[in-house]
Amino acid sequence: MRFTRSVIILFLLISTSSVHAGFFYRDRHEAVIQDTAVFKSPFFDDNERCFKCHGQNRYEYTNENLGRQVKAMMFSERIVDRDKFYDSNHRSFSCTDCHSEEYTTFPHSGQLRMEQQYNCLDCHGGDDKFAKYNFEAIDSEYQASVHYKLEEEGFTCWKCHNPHTYKLEVRTSSNLKEAILYDNNICLNCHANFDRFQLLTDRKEINILARHEWLPNQSAHFKSVRCIECHTEANHELLVSHQINPKEKAVRKCNECHSQNSLLMSSLYKFESREQRKDGFFNGIILNESYVIGANRNQYLNVFSLILFGLVILIIGGHIFFRIFKK
Amino acid sequence: MYLYPVWVRLWHVLNAVLILILIITGISMQYTGKEESAIIVGFARAVKWHNIAAIMLTFNYGFFVIGNIFTGNGKYYRIEKKNFLSALMKQVRYYAWGMFKGEKHPFPVTLESKFNPLQKISYVLAMYVAFPLLIISGLGLLFPETVVNRFLGVSGLILTDILHITMGFCLSVFLVVHIYTCTLGSKTFSLFRGIITGYHEPEEH
Repeated sequence: MRFTRSVIILFLLISTSSVHAGFFYRDRHEAVIQDTAVFKSPFFDDNERCFKCHGQNRYEYTNENLGRQVKAMMFSERIVDRDKFYDSNHRSFSCTDCHSEEYTTFPHSGQLRMEQQYNCLDCHGGDDKFAKYNFEAIDSEYQASVHYKLEEEGFTCWKCHNPHTYKLEVRTSSNLKEAILYDNNICLNCHANFDRFQLLTDRKEINILARHEWLPNQSAHFKSVRCIECHTEANHELLVSHQINPKEKAVRKCNECHSQNSLLMSSLYKFESREQRKDGFFNGIILNESYVIGANRNQYLNVFSLILFGLVILIIGGHIFFRIFKK
Repeated sequence: MYLYPVWVRLWHVLNAVLILILIITGISMQYTGKEESAIIVGFARAVKWHNIAAIMLTFNYGFFVIGNIFTGNGKYYRIEKKNFLSALMKQVRYYAWGMFKGEKHPFPVTLESKFNPLQKISYVLAMYVAFPLLIISGLGLLFPETVVNRFLGVSGLILTDILHITMGFCLSVFLVVHIYTCTLGSKTFSLFRGIITGYHEPEEH
């Protein structure tokens, strides 16, 4: 029994040390310095003129005809959450940077409803400051995407990237699981909300869970990868592919991800993969967050097992040799 | 000599078939490539058959353990502490040297003692150490939500998988050695015939 106990202890030591480097990497990875400064917008007071009504469900105004204060409910689509706005990428903006100055008068003119909205390229296109995000390539991808066909129905960049709340996640987050949840909610915002879905299409309601029933360990997949891993065309030039493919072209073959040259390395882990790990695991960066069978083999264990197996075959071969020649 | 009752033979043949399926599908999952080759089963099919065979193997293992508890077969796996190491070395020496010199088998098969010391230790390690670890880690991979998220800062899934593939590898090596040592009976195929018919053919020397 002492021998058995020694074997178990030895195994645990070996298995722990083989992922030792990963342990330290993880610690360093988690030690990302957090921004503790509270953002103060230079336009805070100006923006409050809008947030006073649009910042919550209920608002008040003076009805001059009635000569009294009136309380009313704000239409949910016109509510902008202050906290989310000041945490978003566009937090340093004044509301009137994008919306007409005429909105500063109340009641708002009916004509303002027809206001032309900016899209991403109106501000981000052709600007060296944003070159690293490659907005032009994003636009080309978007134009090849199934979503582009819905432009006539009113599809725009804003359907996925709410200008009042959107913030970079995968590129900056130290918690990949949260970033995955954030990104997947962008898709589910329409694809799991039939009211919003109907604004853009006449298609029947889709049950996301039933449609993905074929996927083994469905919940593990949904927590560990984004919808776009399987539903977009991988593009090595872009951090996040924007070419949403028709459903027929979605990835369905397990080994696209569960293999040494895993698709995930050119999608979900593209940004992080620049920091390569050296502890012998193929696609080791994935191990910080997850474990993908087939993609995360350990090359040292591979070699060790081959040597051990070779030795066994050699011993058996030698034994056979002596059995034949000693007869 | 009638040595292998029907239930042992049924368990053994099912175990053999399932282990072969598990090794082939396990290697397929571990060494999967983007292009499916003819030698290795595709990932999706490998996962499906690995899961089916694994669940059957788990029940078959339970059948083996219960059978050993409630019949006399369990006694063959009991290792006597006294002089075990010297008996083990005697058996190793026989395989490495004595059998080529025409020496007699140091531990001939009897109704009281079916296994020689080398068989005993390897069978006990395989069936009572590697198998339980393989099954427990396999269940963890089948139901990943039950595996602890992190252990000593390392993903619990990685540790579970390393334990699983290490035990799988050990049992694969065991299988190769087991098949080879089964050619060491009185005739090359006599031990194979024994596990099919139930009757052990006595050694000639």
